Amino acid sequence: MTRWRGIVVPLALLALAEVAFRTGGGTSDSLAPPSRAIAALWAVLTDGSLIVGTAQTLGTMLAGLALGGLGGLAAGIALGFSDLLRRFTFLTIEMLRPIPSVALLPLSLLVFGFGHRMEIAVIAFATFWPSLILTQSAVVQIEPRLIEVARMLRFTRLQIAWKIVLPAAAPRLMTALRLAAGLALVVAVTAEIVSNPQGLGHDLMIAQETLRPERMFAVLFWVGLLGWGKNAALLALERWLFACRGEVDTSIAT
Amino acid sequence: MSAFRTVPGWVMGPIMGLAGLAVFIALWHVVTAGGLVSKAFLSSPGATLDALAYGLRKGDFAGQLAATVLRMLNGWLLASIVAIALGSLIGISATARAYLRPTLAFARSLPASAVIPIAISLVGLGPGMVLGVIVFGSVWPTLLATVQGFANVEPRLRDVAQVLRLSRAQFVVKIGLPNAVPDILAGMRLSLTVALILAVIGEMLSGQEGLGSAILLAARAFRAPELYAGIALLGLIGFVSSYGLLLVDRRVTRWRS
Repeated sequence: MTRWRGIVVPLALLALAEVAFRTGGGTSDSLAPPSRAIAALWAVLTDGSLIVGTAQTLGTMLAGLALGGLGGLAAGIALGFSDLLRRFTFLTIEMLRPIPSVALLPLSLLVFGFGHRMEIAVIAFATFWPSLILTQSAVVQIEPRLIEVARMLRFTRLQIAWKIVLPAAAPRLMTALRLAAGLALVVAVTAEIVSNPQGLGHDLMIAQETLRPERMFAVLFWVGLLGWGKNAALLALERWLFACRGEVDTSIAT
Repeated sequence: MSAFRTVPGWVMGPIMGLAGLAVFIALWHVVTAGGLVSKAFLSSPGATLDALAYGLRKGDFAGQLAATVLRMLNGWLLASIVAIALGSLIGISATARAYLRPTLAFARSLPASAVIPIAISLVGLGPGMVLGVIVFGSVWPTLLATVQGFANVEPRLRDVAQVLRLSRAQFVVKIGLPNAVPDILAGMRLSLTVALILAVIGEMLSGQEGLGSAILLAARAFRAPELYAGIALLGLIGFVSSYGLLLVDRRVTRWRS
């Protein structure tokens, strides 16, 4: 019943834009009516150029996310277990964490040059911190008796991490993953817009520079769709995995 | 640890934190002094500090720092005003929420930097473009948080408002906004982070004065100490703004606990 209501406003806005454009002259170097943007979306979808850009953006995003996310996970588990280590590193972490990831774009470009690696490095930096912080807090909140049981059973540290910590912290880790994935996509597109000549962000800049606004809007819509779809898919996965536990935290949307 | 047992925790915490930081800087020094990483890529802590001090006293860092901070704050304040006003309008009505929430969620999942090309083709590469993008990007966290805060108003408070025959405007001012304050502040913190990021990106792309364009130029000229000093300053802005708002948050929402 309420589903259709969400689509009314965007459709009305699109119709309004179409009418405004048609009555207001019709040609522009910076704007395009929705009808031409839709045609352009179909064109870039069928000629394969959008697929190439999407593959590049998603590929670097996943690689960066894997690097930063798993790094943060490992570091977060270590810090979650050791009070000593946590106290020792907190100041350093608090100094490094607020550095805006885009500030590292010039540095990454200097070190790696154009290509996948500079983008992956910045994405890894950006996703490392939320992954670290959320993993650490997830580990700290694990029922202490579970750890005691594991110690009684003489589990090794690795076994404790694998058999107790990861399953117990899984719902929170899933939330961390959703957050980090959202960040990774934003940073990937940003890196491509600012400096790295590949992927969807670069497609956007090229469309702008070559005065093809319909193409620009088509790619922009596609980027929005990717972000929205990725978030919806991860939320669905989360609900499906942890529905029985009833502890899915949907308040943190990316 | 047993030797430290007599030292209270609030003394130990900062001491260990500082020790950790000292180890980090020492490692950084060893890596650069030992030539493990080329000096073109990683400047030593000493050289970075020198560049920072020189840039602040005699160079352009002070002006660039001020320009970036002002840009960030201007965009963030504008975005916050728009977000709280719009969020209250949307949040007060369940119907408006049902119609607008999906659109807002979509707009929010759009990387804010992706609208930069559109902004460039609409208004060109000026300071107005950068400000517009900052406002557009940092409006969403606060806007959605405000809507969320209004949606979470205790139903009994709505009943009270009805019994008291409060007008809609009175409801917003007396019940809605005070209830939404914790949500709004959390949203504004997120918005400020976004505003800083977009200010830096905007400066890099448009060449406007600020730390964003400064570090870009430093990297292009292979001046690593200046680059690291600029990154450190940006980290400082992020640190101060995030903690400043956290303190405000604790102050304002103290009555809740």
